[in-house]
Amino acid sequence: MSNPSQLDRRAAVAALLRDRKNTLVVSGLGSPTYDLHATGDRDDNFYLWGAMGGAALIGLGLAQAQPSKRVLALTGDGEQLMGLGGIATIGVARPRNLDIVVLDNQHFGETGMQASHTGRGVDLTAIAVACGFAATATVRTLDEVQGLAKTIAGPADGPRLFVIKVLAENPPRSLPSRDAVFIKNRFRAHLGFAAA
Amino acid sequence: MHSPKPNLETDWPSELYRVLKAADVKQMSYVPDAGHSQLIRMFSADNDVTTNVLTTEEEGIAIAAGAWLGGQRSVLLMQSSGVGNCINMLSLSAIGRFPLLMLVTMRGEWSEFNPWQVPMSRATQPSLEAIGLKVMRAETAEDLVETVEAAASLAYDSDQQIAVLIGQRLIGKKKW
Repeated sequence: MSNPSQLDRRAAVAALLRDRKNTLVVSGLGSPTYDLHATGDRDDNFYLWGAMGGAALIGLGLAQAQPSKRVLALTGDGEQLMGLGGIATIGVARPRNLDIVVLDNQHFGETGMQASHTGRGVDLTAIAVACGFAATATVRTLDEVQGLAKTIAGPADGPRLFVIKVLAENPPRSLPSRDAVFIKNRFRAHLGFAAA
Repeated sequence: MHSPKPNLETDWPSELYRVLKAADVKQMSYVPDAGHSQLIRMFSADNDVTTNVLTTEEEGIAIAAGAWLGGQRSVLLMQSSGVGNCINMLSLSAIGRFPLLMLVTMRGEWSEFNPWQVPMSRATQPSLEAIGLKVMRAETAEDLVETVEAAASLAYDSDQQIAVLIGQRLIGKKKW
């Protein structure tokens, strides 16, 4: 059992994405979507409000379609736990341009802070290692997040999964558009694709 | 060079491959089914198409959305039992109006040995329609090729979410 982290999730995400440059970001439903939006709304953000378990796999399809760009799936422990099989699928696909960052508060924050599996011994990085990921790490401090941001900016031999242990609290919500068609078309336009 | 007309009754997977390549499909994901085995082999041998084997079918719905975000067309292969696994993830395709083309081989509806295939078989079309997909069905090889061609156009050109159900009668009886 790990000690609860005191790291503020908004500060962690701000530090992680401060120098994101051209990285394409997909955020998992709930707090990660609010956290991403709180760093500033951008055309190259794709926010999920549902499709639980899908964030990293949307990242996979995107990474495969855009091999020259880095793709980051920013999600939560609950969302990633629903997509555990996807870690195996991504491990087999072995994209070199996909990182999964799990903001792990060890709780289901959106539904009343019920404890999740990650506070009870389940280690997502160990699962990623077992699925053949190229690199994994767990970080707990802002300094470590800054180091992680540098790691993510560098090249990889395959998919990577990083866990940022954060304090279990719900900061004020920062709400992006819930219109998925708008967000989709804006994202595609950013990459040079016309809407149908 | 004269090339003989393909025998559709036995070689419809090659025709589906041709149609999907002509539609510029660049990603294919699948949970295997015997009825899809030839198509899976052909795509897996194609260096211009990225293939993903899935642990469960809904992963393919998410991959398809990501592929489209990145400018690529994709196709998802599964059998009817896998449709039940997809339902909530299909919210993504439906609410985002993401082009989606699923080819679903039917089990549990024609000369079926395994009774466990029957309930999901019965639920396949109603549950897909309930979540907002357009369902197209083919019972003959000729009809299937034409249907997939039309479905691909509807999906990629008109932003529709389509499941093509491939009748078990067409695939043939599984050998036990």
